[in-house]
Amino acid sequence: MDTIAQKILMALTGLFLCLFLVVHLVGNLPLLMPLPAAQLRFNAYSEALSHNPLIRLASLVTLASVLVHTLVSLVLTRRNRSARSVRYAVARPAETSPWYARRMGLLGTILLLFLLVHMRTFWWEYKFGEVGVDAAGRRDLYGVVVAAFQAEWYTALYVLCMGALGYHLLHGVASASRTLGLHHRRYGRWLEGLGITFAVGVSAGFAVLPVFVYIMRG
Amino acid sequence: MRFHLKIWRQAGPDVAGRMVDYDVENVPGEASFLEMLDVLNETLVARDEPAIAFDHDCREGICGTCGVMINGRAHGSLRGVTTCQLHMRSFADGDTIWIEPWRADAFPVVCDLVVDRSALDRIVQAGGYTSVHTGTAPEANSIPVPRHAAERAFDAAACIGCGACVATCKNASAMLFVAAKVSHLALLPQGRVEARDRVRTMIARMEQEGFGGCSNTAACSAECPRDISMEHIARLNWESIKARITSGS
Repeated sequence: MDTIAQKILMALTGLFLCLFLVVHLVGNLPLLMPLPAAQLRFNAYSEALSHNPLIRLASLVTLASVLVHTLVSLVLTRRNRSARSVRYAVARPAETSPWYARRMGLLGTILLLFLLVHMRTFWWEYKFGEVGVDAAGRRDLYGVVVAAFQAEWYTALYVLCMGALGYHLLHGVASASRTLGLHHRRYGRWLEGLGITFAVGVSAGFAVLPVFVYIMRG
Repeated sequence: MRFHLKIWRQAGPDVAGRMVDYDVENVPGEASFLEMLDVLNETLVARDEPAIAFDHDCREGICGTCGVMINGRAHGSLRGVTTCQLHMRSFADGDTIWIEPWRADAFPVVCDLVVDRSALDRIVQAGGYTSVHTGTAPEANSIPVPRHAAERAFDAAACIGCGACVATCKNASAMLFVAAKVSHLALLPQGRVEARDRVRTMIARMEQEGFGGCSNTAACSAECPRDISMEHIARLNWESIKARITSGS
């Protein structure tokens, strides 16, 4: 497989994960509702997700996307590194490209580690942990969320990681659209703006949730 | 003007090289960067030391032969020029200047600052042409070309193949070069006929030559003396996707 085919895979899996992010963010919005609706709606949503066969399929595709995105990036990075075995004595890359465009691997690694922590805290607890029940008798994932974000460091970690997500998306969405050959003299700027709005909106949206829970449910 | 230079010296392709310090004096501010190296070389030859080898030809910024890394920037930090069009007045008197050859495994060092860029020629040989002899310029109305297509094609065709895109890319990728070559033919009716095969063979050759992949950092376009736009990389990708999902003739 040539590097362009690998890049197409990166773009397609990346864009699918962007779609996942939107659904995930919208699904978590009940956290911002007033009590007790927040708890009931959020737990009802969690239960609905875990019993929906379509969601099971989507979660498998999401997992596969994360794996393919990660593995292909490793293959590409290896090739890219080996294309220049003697490095420059002096390099000033900051003058010609933004740092986050050159540090996608680092940002991606942060996100992968974040994902592990995130899955351990919520997915693992919900599946295998000791979780109470709410007034409607549903497993209380809401309680797990509120408990997790009582710790300052954990809340701060989330906000920092969402910063990494924002920069990863900022370059990722633009890069993916170019890899897929999207370009237009007139609509190009519009598409660029949409990518920036998406990156900022999604990362800010996800960063607001833990901060809100920390402040309002403390 | 006087400068302190740190220059990569390497006697041949298979010997180790190193940065060597030189001082050069009495350089007029109007001198081009290459002329400054000429001044230095005259003093070296007078001292019976080997002159510093560097590529150059037209010295008018149109041939694409010259090109070195100057203080970590391809063709220096002045935008839109080749090394021969960079003048010493762009530097301050007494500056220390680091001069290195293009670094990419696909561009092996021949001697000092000279690298072998024939990998780019081989990419063009793999399909960067039309195989039908198109003759002299046809009657203008016999092959209609929309003005915007002609302009885009000409923008791409302005690529002089200097290799600054490869030199500056963190992945040593040749995507902007290949994009310019594919794009300029893909936009014109004469090149359209073989567009599908061209993009396949040129990409295959690019991969074979050991260039890295494209990360879309756009450093190549920022450093290009001809300001080749990233839009051509998008078009190369689009042509490549089309060639992958459609069947051949």
